[in-house]
Amino acid sequence: MEPGGALMAERLLEVEDLSVHFATVDGTVKAVDGVSFELERGKVLGIVGESGSGKSVTAMTLMGLTRDVNAHFGGEVRYKGRNLLELSESEMQGYRGNEIGMIFQDPMTSLNPVYRIGEQIVEAIQAHDKVDKRVAKRRAVELLKQVGIPNPESRVDDFPHQFSGGMRQRAMIAMALSCNPDVLIADEPTTALDVTIQAQIIELIGRLKDDFNSAVIMITHDLGVVAEIADEIIVMYAGRVVEQAEKRDLFYDPQMPYTWGLLGSIPRLDRPKPERLHSIKGAPPSVINAPAGCKFRPRCPHAFEKCVDEPALENRVEKPGHLDRCWLDVEVKRALRDATISGDTQEAA
Amino acid sequence: MATFLVRRSIGAILVCIAVTFVVFLIFIVVPGGDPAQRIAGKNATPQNIINIRHSWGFDQPFYTQYWVMLKKMFGGNLVSYTSQQNVLTQIVQGMPATFSLTIGASIIWLFFGILVGVLSAITAGRLSDRVITVLALIGISMPVFWLGIITRYYLAEGGLVTWFPDGEYVGITQSPVQWLSHMILPWLVLAVLFIGFYGRVLRGNILDTINEDYVRTAKSKGLTPRRILVKHVLRTSLIPIVTLFGLDFAAVLGGGAILTETVFDLHGVGQYAELSINNFDLPPIMGVTMYGAFFIVVFSMIVDLFYAYLDPRIRPT
Repeated sequence: MEPGGALMAERLLEVEDLSVHFATVDGTVKAVDGVSFELERGKVLGIVGESGSGKSVTAMTLMGLTRDVNAHFGGEVRYKGRNLLELSESEMQGYRGNEIGMIFQDPMTSLNPVYRIGEQIVEAIQAHDKVDKRVAKRRAVELLKQVGIPNPESRVDDFPHQFSGGMRQRAMIAMALSCNPDVLIADEPTTALDVTIQAQIIELIGRLKDDFNSAVIMITHDLGVVAEIADEIIVMYAGRVVEQAEKRDLFYDPQMPYTWGLLGSIPRLDRPKPERLHSIKGAPPSVINAPAGCKFRPRCPHAFEKCVDEPALENRVEKPGHLDRCWLDVEVKRALRDATISGDTQEAA
Repeated sequence: MATFLVRRSIGAILVCIAVTFVVFLIFIVVPGGDPAQRIAGKNATPQNIINIRHSWGFDQPFYTQYWVMLKKMFGGNLVSYTSQQNVLTQIVQGMPATFSLTIGASIIWLFFGILVGVLSAITAGRLSDRVITVLALIGISMPVFWLGIITRYYLAEGGLVTWFPDGEYVGITQSPVQWLSHMILPWLVLAVLFIGFYGRVLRGNILDTINEDYVRTAKSKGLTPRRILVKHVLRTSLIPIVTLFGLDFAAVLGGGAILTETVFDLHGVGQYAELSINNFDLPPIMGVTMYGAFFIVVFSMIVDLFYAYLDPRIRPT
């Protein structure tokens, strides 16, 4: 799949046992708890989960954006071998935008309304490259052209409110890529956009990843978004990784009942139309007083005695590298799963 | 742009006229306001009063009186009922003191208001923020007449020291040094209230803006904290301060600092208003109100124009 497969894969990012805990008046919020993954150049990693699953906090932590007096970090985030969690704030500034770029969910509010699009891109360039303003602006125009803004020479002087939502997200991408970072983190980049624009933006991110020879972390609550673009997918639930696999394996042989729920809640055109679209019953657990054992147990229709102990994230299927946290026997699980995803069974409330 | 100015100017004139009408009406309605009796003095005979009433036109219907007064006002011919002096001349005489007070005090309060707001916002929750908050609340709570008298007593009248002259205004052309030493106390006393208020407002605005998505974007670009604060946070946080400042500046310029001017005996427009109100003297009150309303409407127009400069989203295209 990857272009230049003969080349030795370059590992850009290694996240090892990352935990992010916030001290609040109500107790410790374990927003991220023991998350590990790796990212190689040219790859796209999808991180999928509901609101509150810790996927955004994970992404922001990679950028050092969650640093706060009340935040406590554990584990390591190694970027090209350097542990970013140990960097000082001013050292981290050199990485933000320059080595790791980030785009956010809502392009309507992510751009400063009082500055021109071009000014904001020039600012990003000049934060890391000591170049002349005119040179930086020429680069901004070039970037806008690369992300598909028509008439970039004149649109570079527009204000954000003169751009449509899709164009603003394109401008955000141009800004995030302006210093040619090796890793691009996209935090729900399409959630606030129209469906037709969503596909264009995802396609654009995939293409630019190859043009800029970088790697992408795509964060979303929608498995459909990563279906096209991702190489590997991590499913997060209540701050934990509950399943981790290559894209094909995750879609065709998902092991966690939670993943089935996510897959089942995507409307499918290639299957008989169910009565109602499947939804996962209940709400995500509190990350302050998370339930003991498997975090998904209270909502899981297939929970049994063993689930009061949390299963380890390990390989249980034939395919190496496909990890999950579920006690169910693989064969039993596969039978139950096919019923759940096609929406034939009504699981207990 | 041109249509905006024309529309706003027409609105401004209407506001001014409405203001004069309201002031006039208050005087007609309020009891004990018979100007003939006041002009005639304590020992006047009833015939005297009737004569005065007739010669000053107080027996005319109120709308005629109002019309005559408007004509006099815009002709600059308003005359005080008590002192018989021309109102316009009196206002013009008071303007240097009022302008000196306003310009000096506003520079102080704007500078320290922003400083206090920024300092307490960037140290929010910490000791310095709490100390500043308490000081700001004390500043807001201290009445000008009290603070003015206290500072005069302790710093000018020898209660502690006599560093400053005891009230009154000296023209800047007469003696710049004397002007300065006479103005310092009134400036500080007037500014204290505004510093506390602006500091609180700005602190709140900054703390709101810091959580905006575009500030997070700025951070993710790898900008320095100073640049994020100045270019992305302060720029938007200061927009509401512009409104406050424009209107406060106009109000003080328009004679609104009645207490400060009176406590320090500056003989400005505000003190003139205070004297006229004490004497129940309608024409100067009308004149000063009109003068004040003029500054308010002009400055609110300037504020709106400045807004368009600060926020491109409301710029007319």
